[in-house]
Amino acid sequence: MSLAFTAPMPARRQRRRRPFARAGAVVIGVGLLIWTLLPVYNMLLMALDSDADEFTGSIWPPDPNLDSFRSVWTEDYWLMEHFWHQFANSLFLGVGTMVLTVLIGSLASFSLGRMRLRGGWIISDVALLTYMLPTAFLVIPFVHVMHWYGLSDSLWAVIAAQVAFATPYAILILHQYGKLIPMELDESAKIDGASPLQVYLRIYLPLMAPALVAVGVYALLLAWNEYLYQYLLLSSTPNMTVAVAINQFFDSDEAPWNYMMAIAIIYTLPPVAIYFALRRFMVAGLTMGGVRG
Amino acid sequence: MSVTQQTLAVRPATVVARPVRSVWLGGLRGTDHIWAIAFALPYAAVFFAFVVYPICYGLWLGGQSQLYRQLFDDPRYLTSVVNTIVYVGVGVNLKMALAFLLSGFFMRKRWWIKALLVVFILPWATPALPAYMSIHWLLNGQWGMLNNVLYMLFGIDGPVYLNDHWTGLAANIGAYIWKNLPFWTIILLAGRMAVPQELYEAAEVDGASGLRRFRHITLPLMANLYLVCTLLDTIFALGDFNATYFVSGGGPAMSTEVLATLGIRYAFTTALPRLGVATVMTALPVLIPLVFILMRKLRVKEVQL
Repeated sequence: MSLAFTAPMPARRQRRRRPFARAGAVVIGVGLLIWTLLPVYNMLLMALDSDADEFTGSIWPPDPNLDSFRSVWTEDYWLMEHFWHQFANSLFLGVGTMVLTVLIGSLASFSLGRMRLRGGWIISDVALLTYMLPTAFLVIPFVHVMHWYGLSDSLWAVIAAQVAFATPYAILILHQYGKLIPMELDESAKIDGASPLQVYLRIYLPLMAPALVAVGVYALLLAWNEYLYQYLLLSSTPNMTVAVAINQFFDSDEAPWNYMMAIAIIYTLPPVAIYFALRRFMVAGLTMGGVRG
Repeated sequence: MSVTQQTLAVRPATVVARPVRSVWLGGLRGTDHIWAIAFALPYAAVFFAFVVYPICYGLWLGGQSQLYRQLFDDPRYLTSVVNTIVYVGVGVNLKMALAFLLSGFFMRKRWWIKALLVVFILPWATPALPAYMSIHWLLNGQWGMLNNVLYMLFGIDGPVYLNDHWTGLAANIGAYIWKNLPFWTIILLAGRMAVPQELYEAAEVDGASGLRRFRHITLPLMANLYLVCTLLDTIFALGDFNATYFVSGGGPAMSTEVLATLGIRYAFTTALPRLGVATVMTALPVLIPLVFILMRKLRVKEVQL
């Protein structure tokens, strides 16, 4: 009796409240959409405006065209004479960091997770500690040290920095993921006479593939998106990356903003494409361990 | 309150690391031991060459006490300390509070909310440099889009945001929130999704209202994650260079500099690397306890969320 009486109550209350809740959700949704897209739209607006000297102050591009993108493509402005070369530099930096991070990180996590290297906990602690290190605080001595290593104005100096900062995350994630793979596999391979290197190559790497991809993409994006180390370590035009080149525009007073924004959009597209293509993957890798953005 | 403490105390104990047997039982012997060391060696080399050595050199650079006397006499330094406190305090806490609320919002199952989440990730996917540059121009007082919109909609002339200490600082904080909000929302969303649904069902059967379910299930179970995220982001915000450098550029007249940007400006613009390192090192009394707490928290849980 009481059951029959109370059961419809929540339903009725819910129905009464739903229009308000729904309107509230829509308001929040629209607000979020505007907040998220405003700076992105501003980039497009500036890039699509052909006249760089005077801004009409309108919210729509008065004469939208792709002239600035065409100019970037053909490199016909002195600040972007070497744009595609610099793009290649950024790519080299990203891929170099990715390969080295995956290699060094997987070797270390194999050693401490699978082979149980004595004192291996030191490595995971050190990795965690490095992961929390604010990299902007370390950059001043880092630049001096690179100078002594003979790596000033070299992409390898930036790769070294990015590998040093990406590998700790790689080790933590791979160590975590490796626990899902049964130890019996290593054991039977060992009994069959496999050396540790063979176990690493034939069993560990193939089974770790998803985590390796997540870690590799993380390292690639970290190196591609990072700015400060590239800016302070790379000074000559042939060694510059896209990020440093964009900042040259930003610093120069006469530079056409539409070219700058066109470059910025071209620079933004690869990481955005990767994020959206591998969205589920990235989020899964991310929630496996605390991560930096 | 007691519920929170109980869960905090119980939580690490429930996460028992699965004992992992080593193939190479009874410790490593002979060649296997050498292999294991060889595998760990590349990381050790990278760590010593590119982390330990720069840190030691930095400590040596910033080791003179007269540097700190010089710093404390510098009004720009004191301004940057205040700015850093405001930047980190407001930036981190406002963002985490918003991320927590939004993670609840994104728990809804409607299709358009799921689609919105995909768009919402965009700031996180965008590299910092173009994003902050765009925000810098967006806030331009004369022809920035924000003031154009304000003029069109309400007929008012917006302020010249980046020409004032407080609005400039607010712009930097806003930009930092814009860039990092999606990331922490997703982390907290994953945390919320990990809360067993049965708890909510049981509470509902017991007649707990939505507010009480939130108060007695969501809040205590999320408290630890929220704390860890807040502490971690405090460290990241403390070392954040990009937002201040690109949005306000530290201006007007270096009034919105934070420690990270001021240190780098001293070191590379005015060629005073020692003073730059000293500037950054004054953050250590805050940084070290944070790292210490986080090491303990993350190690016990083995970085699981």
